Amino acid sequence: MNKIWLVIKREYLTRVRNKTFLLSTFLFPIIIVAFIVGSTLLAIKSKNKVRIAVVNDPGFFQKNLESDSSSVIFEYPTDVNSSNYESKGYTGLLKVNTDTAAEKYVIESKKSLNIETMSYVERQMKKAIEYNILQQNNIERRILDSISTVSEKAAQITNQLETGKEVNNKLPYIIGFGCGIIIYITMFIFGAMVMRGVMEEKTSRIAEVIVSSVKPFQLMMGKIIGIAGVGLTQLLLWIVFLIVLVNIIPLFISAENLQQFQQAQEAQQQLPGGSNNTVAFEMLKATNTLVNDVNWTLIIICFLFYFLGGYLFYASLFAAVGSVVNEDPQEAQSLMLPIMMPIVFGFIILSTSIENPDSPMAFWGSMIPFTSPIVMMGRIAKGVPEVVPWWQLFLSMALLILGFIFTTWLAGKIYRTGILLYGKKASWKEMIKWVRRS
Amino acid sequence: MALLEVRNLKKYFATQKAVDDISFNVEKGSIFGLLGPNGAGKTTLIRMITGIFYPDEGQITFDGKKFDPVNDVLHIGYMPEERGLYKKMKIGEQATYLAQLKGLSKKEAINKIKEWFIKFEMQSWWTKKVEDLSKGMSQKLQFVTTVLHEPKLIILDEPFSGLDPVNSNLIKDEIYKLAQRGSTIIFSTHRMEQVEEICDHIVLINKGQKILDGSVKGVKNQFKENLFSIGFEQLPANLNGNPPFEMVGTRDHAFIVKIKEGNKPNDVLNYFLQQRSEIISFNEILPSLNDIFIKLVEGTPLTRQFQAITA
Repeated sequence: MNKIWLVIKREYLTRVRNKTFLLSTFLFPIIIVAFIVGSTLLAIKSKNKVRIAVVNDPGFFQKNLESDSSSVIFEYPTDVNSSNYESKGYTGLLKVNTDTAAEKYVIESKKSLNIETMSYVERQMKKAIEYNILQQNNIERRILDSISTVSEKAAQITNQLETGKEVNNKLPYIIGFGCGIIIYITMFIFGAMVMRGVMEEKTSRIAEVIVSSVKPFQLMMGKIIGIAGVGLTQLLLWIVFLIVLVNIIPLFISAENLQQFQQAQEAQQQLPGGSNNTVAFEMLKATNTLVNDVNWTLIIICFLFYFLGGYLFYASLFAAVGSVVNEDPQEAQSLMLPIMMPIVFGFIILSTSIENPDSPMAFWGSMIPFTSPIVMMGRIAKGVPEVVPWWQLFLSMALLILGFIFTTWLAGKIYRTGILLYGKKASWKEMIKWVRRS
Repeated sequence: MALLEVRNLKKYFATQKAVDDISFNVEKGSIFGLLGPNGAGKTTLIRMITGIFYPDEGQITFDGKKFDPVNDVLHIGYMPEERGLYKKMKIGEQATYLAQLKGLSKKEAINKIKEWFIKFEMQSWWTKKVEDLSKGMSQKLQFVTTVLHEPKLIILDEPFSGLDPVNSNLIKDEIYKLAQRGSTIIFSTHRMEQVEEICDHIVLINKGQKILDGSVKGVKNQFKENLFSIGFEQLPANLNGNPPFEMVGTRDHAFIVKIKEGNKPNDVLNYFLQQRSEIISFNEILPSLNDIFIKLVEGTPLTRQFQAITA
């Protein structure tokens, strides 16, 4: 026990004192936050103004087309045609064809207009045409407007559950997805770290020196636990650092920008499929509304459990792979593939099950230990026990514990033989033989 | 008294009988040579003695008791042939870590390392990294980490490979000193001249089996061919009568002769005295271990063939 502690200490300290650790610990959150802030600022700045000249107005366009001062402006000049609209400073020319055989409404432009502009123009035209028809039928615009305000209000759904809790639908989605992604990424990062550590011991030929004082299993577990400690330390630092950054950022973004951005978001949400930046925005906004809706204690406990469980499940497999390869990193790649596949698969299940946490796919994905650390986090955030009953949570946890005991046992056998084997790469077939023999 | 007793040790791998029924004793305080060609099973044998492998069959007795890998490895220092150190770790920390794994407390470890570093003039290395060391330097460091915890049994596999003569001698002297202080040393190599110089007792294994066991002197006597070299003031022109020997060759002012069955060295001397030849030297030619090694191993296929083992 004392020896395994020495190994853990060495693995932990050499990594934590390493410069790359410090660098990644501080750079990663900065990059993430910079990405979020950058993409929101870009969304604000990239809105350039488009001036569109409308010709052959059938009569109701000028009255009904609304210009958006920040993006699309409609103008009704009289001296503009297909040949000169550009020289007059217009981006596009909206024509109404009187010839019934051709398309009725056409926008001419030198460069293709972006989707956002097109859909804005389309919406405005649709509205204008609707109003025109209404007017022809003697319905006043004022009445229609009031109808639509009422119906919009009525259609705003709040999902009220039996327990009386109101569920904010976006936030659990973000939390679940975020936790899943973090577990997914860290499994790769720290799994690969374990593998590289084992390979280092093998290629530098220190393995035999060490296993003459420590059992191979102790060496492997010491490494895995030590790196788990590194992972937890890094995660903790990231969380602290992110909280600090999130609190600092609003100081750098002016209120005006933020407001502008909010408007941009609202406009964007009306577009079909145009919600690319909503996640980023929700994350910014979420810092204000976070606290009450979600069972944070449960999520944090589950997150730590699945982070550690998933890590332990895969780390020993990565260690086994590291122990059978030699200097050539390409050997490692081909052996890693079968281990990486289920992790990637878990991520794919996560992205579908987050929409549909009750589907059989989500259920099985969150039970089988190969994918459960990633998938279950996505489901838990949706609510325990509303979406995930307690028995499912406990079953999934129990299966994960059994799972990592099994993989560690299996990997230990492969590791023991592999780490002292020089000169050739072992095939999967041979590894199975090692497991059987010992 | 034997520090280490190996009885009928067997270890079979899927395609080879790596160690096939080997027994020997290693006396306390002796320097023991474990010899054998490449792939003879030396490393497998050593790995069983150091507790890395479990034998399939047979017993190991260490210091009078049944070998207990968990506790007894603390009293063993092993420098494998495939050896290395953590490249990125500072040398002082590394040596401390390895010593702690052998059961020393941190303070003890640091004190002992400092002693050894002074002895080998390595004081300035403490904060350097292994990747900054030359091969010979890291070899010295490796030796220090192997013997630091004053093990009862020290196993050195090719300890001099990569060392220049000066450093070789430095380590050789330390090996003698350790043996004098009561450590037992198992020394594995193919370099026979070193074995002749250092070892008291040798065992030669080939293809997983022991083919020779004895003291260096005993082994040489066992393999002597009754060859003598006789030096003369002037080489006798012809050999009259019935000499009690066969001529093997001449070398400068000496005959190399093989004594015939039933005769003694004195008969040879008598013969030449009667011939009135001026003898200036007379000595026995014992075979070198190198010759014995080659003689025993030659004729068997040099590389082991893979065979299917049903066990």
